[in-house]
Amino acid sequence: MTLAPPRPGARVKVRGVIGEPAPREDAVPKVKGEFQYASDLWREGMLHGATLRSPYPFARIRKVDVSAAAKLPGVRAVLTQDDVPGKKTYGLMDRDDQPVLADGYVRFVGEPVAVVAADTIEQARAATKAIVLEYEVLEPTFDPIAAIQPSAAKLHPKGNVLERVRILHGDPAAKADVVVEGEYEFAMQDQAALGPEAGLAIPREDGGVTLHVATQWLHEDLDQLAPCLGLPESKVRIVLSGVGGAFGAREDTSIQIHACLLALKTRRAVRMTYGREESFFGHVHRHPARLFYAHGATKKGELVFVRATIVLDGGAYASSSSAVVANAGSFAAGPYRVPNAVVDCVGARTNNPPTGAMRGFGAVQSCFAYEAQMDKLAKACGLDAVEIRMRNGLVEGDAIITSQPLVGSAPIAEIVRRCASLPLPETAAHRDQSELPGGHANVTRGEGVVRGVGYAVGFKNVCYSNGFDDFATARVRLFADAEGPLARVHTAAAEVGQGINTVQLQIARTELGIERVELETADTNVGSAGSSSASRQTWMTGHAVLQACREVRQELVRRAEREGLTLDRTDLADLLDRPIEKTVTYRHQDTEKRRPDGQSRGHVAFMFAAHRAVVDVDVETGLVKVVQVATAQDVGKAINPLGVIGQIEGGIAQGVGLAVMEELIVEKGRIRNASFTDYLIPTILDMPPVIADVIEHPHPDGPYGAKGVGEAPTISSTAAVVAAIRAATNRDLERVPVRPDDIVFGTSSRSGWRIAPGDDPRRAVRG
Amino acid sequence: MSTHDLRFTLNGERREVTVPADRLLIDVLRDDCGATGTKLGCAVGVCGACSVLVDGELQSACLLPAVFVEGRSITTVEGLAKHGELNALQEAFIRDGGFQCGICTPGQLIAATALIAAHPEPSDGDIREWMMGNLCRCTGYYGIERAIKSAANV
Repeated sequence: MTLAPPRPGARVKVRGVIGEPAPREDAVPKVKGEFQYASDLWREGMLHGATLRSPYPFARIRKVDVSAAAKLPGVRAVLTQDDVPGKKTYGLMDRDDQPVLADGYVRFVGEPVAVVAADTIEQARAATKAIVLEYEVLEPTFDPIAAIQPSAAKLHPKGNVLERVRILHGDPAAKADVVVEGEYEFAMQDQAALGPEAGLAIPREDGGVTLHVATQWLHEDLDQLAPCLGLPESKVRIVLSGVGGAFGAREDTSIQIHACLLALKTRRAVRMTYGREESFFGHVHRHPARLFYAHGATKKGELVFVRATIVLDGGAYASSSSAVVANAGSFAAGPYRVPNAVVDCVGARTNNPPTGAMRGFGAVQSCFAYEAQMDKLAKACGLDAVEIRMRNGLVEGDAIITSQPLVGSAPIAEIVRRCASLPLPETAAHRDQSELPGGHANVTRGEGVVRGVGYAVGFKNVCYSNGFDDFATARVRLFADAEGPLARVHTAAAEVGQGINTVQLQIARTELGIERVELETADTNVGSAGSSSASRQTWMTGHAVLQACREVRQELVRRAEREGLTLDRTDLADLLDRPIEKTVTYRHQDTEKRRPDGQSRGHVAFMFAAHRAVVDVDVETGLVKVVQVATAQDVGKAINPLGVIGQIEGGIAQGVGLAVMEELIVEKGRIRNASFTDYLIPTILDMPPVIADVIEHPHPDGPYGAKGVGEAPTISSTAAVVAAIRAATNRDLERVPVRPDDIVFGTSSRSGWRIAPGDDPRRAVRG
Repeated sequence: MSTHDLRFTLNGERREVTVPADRLLIDVLRDDCGATGTKLGCAVGVCGACSVLVDGELQSACLLPAVFVEGRSITTVEGLAKHGELNALQEAFIRDGGFQCGICTPGQLIAATALIAAHPEPSDGDIREWMMGNLCRCTGYYGIERAIKSAANV
């Protein structure tokens, strides 16, 4: 028997159901300062952990001597690789990739070499400085294209090619009347979550350990952690602590294994919290990339082919490079009808800091390049930015370059049209200095200021792809107490700020028709919910909660029928003399593994957004003021409109940041700006007004039609801002972020490699 | 290093701590007083997560040596709700989407409290210039701006 969801208001009006702008479930403790973030955790007698990190990008460790450090006051443990009781390596997608602590080599500046636990954090830090290390410095490789050439020195036993995806679609030799080319550079962005990496590990009586931690994926941490600790998973429990933002940076482990090792060694609770500088060295960043593109079209501007070679710098360890490479390749042609495509996409291992997941992973890098190409093509064909996108935009049933047809709405033309029809800002009168590029730095009075408008469209997969067994589990328990029926929902979904907790409550209220719903703390005592990434939690955990609630309701119906009652007219508490508990594991429909030619139905669903940016550029100083960002995004169904708007606005902020200011400066493998004074993220003064048109075309497979929301705002907003700067300056601007000298002098930033778009970058030629 | 006996009030309660001269207020609040609502964000005074009021004046607790608060009155996020009741600003931050992860929120609320004390009817420019010292990575600041406006009834 299937049940339709109860109509809210059929009996008693239930508040906080889907579609209502719902306040956050964690709102009150957050505004009172009572919400416990991982860095706030405290336990009587706890020790403090600190990490010794490599000063070299590539070196052999000749000698480690911890004896002096271990004798310092307050020091309870000093651990190196030899002290790891179980598996010596871990990794998000390759468990044999990254040493828990350096294994005789260090491969990036900041690689953990040893960890210390001491009574105070000051003592722990002092002890890391007393560890004696002798290094033999080796020749590092920083250029990702050099790293993947056959002659390159091997930086790791597994080689320097982390992943390669080659996509062949249609005729690889197709010819076109109009061809435009470009080489693009994408610099390293940081997630810059304001909450540092932190956790508290507490040893258990039974020899196990409980870890409270800020993470995106509890069960993935468990799966990596337990083998390294030499413990069965049953002896390790991981509990989600308060998470101060994630954006991809918490998908890899940071303190998790180290804190547990120290707790098990000392038999004491150990807290580890990175400071801001250490945070920049202690988490993965967004992949920098070099992208070589050629687009061919008819004279009317209809796409004939896209050829692209993309090299992503994965840094020293694999992290999620394989997924990032797969995405960059899969979405390399954009949300357009492209009959013929050749894409070669490689992730390179170098001695730069490791890179991995960040909001829109892979799709953001490609979008910057393919949208620049679309504008070049528009110019060559005499079209404007809106026309060329509407003419080529995917519609339902069209296939992307992996031959996967789109199910559900693919409203590219619609989102571009609706975005373009949103009101433009008033022409600048510049009454106030703060409205000019440079603001109160007072560098212009408007004489060299030129306005530009630019467009971009992006798309990306929702959920995990390419045959990954993607699932989410929810346990729902319905019972009655003195106040009536109460439901408790237990999942392992990581609430990182995105709002999944509120979504779970809304779904449970909608399905059960009661207001009193509570969430259990997310932990590993319930089945995995998968990661809070790939915009997947509303879809995955949302579906799991929905189905578990429907099973609970079916049991209610059965109980009502047995009593000869009609559920709609019965006080639920009368049916709950004993609780009802249902656990459901939801799996989305199977996706195909990638075939050698890159063709497959690899994704479960897609999300789409269009952005229009308006900028004022001072062409004399190269300073940019973003004046407005407009967006139209198809979210399928806004389960919580307040949360959707928050994701759209916040995602655009990160896209604007990448366009004009956010760059980790890495020189000879060393991050030079590991602080918020030097790694700039937008302040309130940097953010322009955002106008959002939220479109709800339900997806047939999403919960209530919902698609993912969180990544789309970041994917194409950067490209739109850069397009607007190009429009204002007539510069090519093939690098992001755009720097003042790029605008003033038209600096080009070439890789120094000649690669024909579509060719294998492992056979590149210098020059 | 010299040590100092400090007396101050924290959200209306008298506190006494003995600290070395170089101990920062953020550590006294979080570690000595257990008031972890105030966050350490950047440790260099640029992100605003550690914003507190010292005798009503907006300060960064990550920069301020604790000895400076001798005899003074400190307000942190824990002191905003009275008898458990949220104030107008706290309510507005919830209603208008003023946060997501919320780790910057204690600092945002304290900075906004100081803003409204200085400018009871702040203009858009007042809000943006005053709040520029408080970073947020989740919201893009729009919800924060909406919340401050609605709490100040402008």
